[in-house]
Amino acid sequence: MLFGIYSLVSASLFVILDAVDVAFTEASVGAGVSTVFMLGTLALTTSREKTPAAHKPLLPLLVVTITGLALVYGTWDIPPYGDPANPIHHHLVQRFIEDSPQEIGIPNVVTSVLASYRGYDTLGETTVVFTAAIGVLVLVGGARRRRSRKDEPK
Amino acid sequence: MKRYTIPRLGTKLLLPLILLFALYVQFHGDYGPGGGFQAGVIFGAGFILYALIYGLDHAHRLMPLWLLRIGISLGVLIYASVGLVGLLLGGNYLDYGVLDHHDPAHGQHLGILLVELGVGITVSAVMVTIFYAFAGRGR
Repeated sequence: MLFGIYSLVSASLFVILDAVDVAFTEASVGAGVSTVFMLGTLALTTSREKTPAAHKPLLPLLVVTITGLALVYGTWDIPPYGDPANPIHHHLVQRFIEDSPQEIGIPNVVTSVLASYRGYDTLGETTVVFTAAIGVLVLVGGARRRRSRKDEPK
Repeated sequence: MKRYTIPRLGTKLLLPLILLFALYVQFHGDYGPGGGFQAGVIFGAGFILYALIYGLDHAHRLMPLWLLRIGISLGVLIYASVGLVGLLLGGNYLDYGVLDHHDPAHGQHLGILLVELGVGITVSAVMVTIFYAFAGRGR
């Protein structure tokens, strides 16, 4: 419930920041659907933790630490947040805003950037959503349910 | 939820509006805020609301699982094949300008519309599928 309220508040924040598209996504995904999914997950879980299978936590810990360090190392190269001298404010934004009415002919620049200039990104995102659905289906979907039904008569 | 009149009636009134609004967001994304992703989520949320109020069995009858599985892959397929059509017509992959011979802007328009449709189909099918998976697990 708190997550939903938080998402709704940040959606209003995005509206104030004139990022209507992001606010739209935040309101529908964050406040709407993910709250329902969270409640669904809560309904599936039990109040007691199952005793985990006995294996050493060292290797996963090592992998997580190395990945985390690599990600932190990667953030050092990111230009400082909100700096007007960042490269994105000098070449891309101006070009997109000035040329997209002639090149794409669509009033909403966000849509033309997302679907046309950044078409590869959006294709990747759609594939990520696709992969996520397959992952969820493998984890909690059909096959497991059939097995648990078979177990029930015992 | 099946015995409560007000949520049932409210759903009946709201559901067509939600689905219509999703379609509006989908096809008006070129002019106003919104696009395939948001429209897909809203469309999926409509079916999730239906499943919450009327029960999973009714929802399965309305939106069967095989249709959802087709939808999940169909959206990505539409997106990728729009790119391939551009490639076959002599442009770059995902270059919509070549879709229309006379005016590249019209081609861009068409390409964006098709691509957003693909995104919308995949996202809405994924949302409903995930909800079915979670809600069906507990039974």
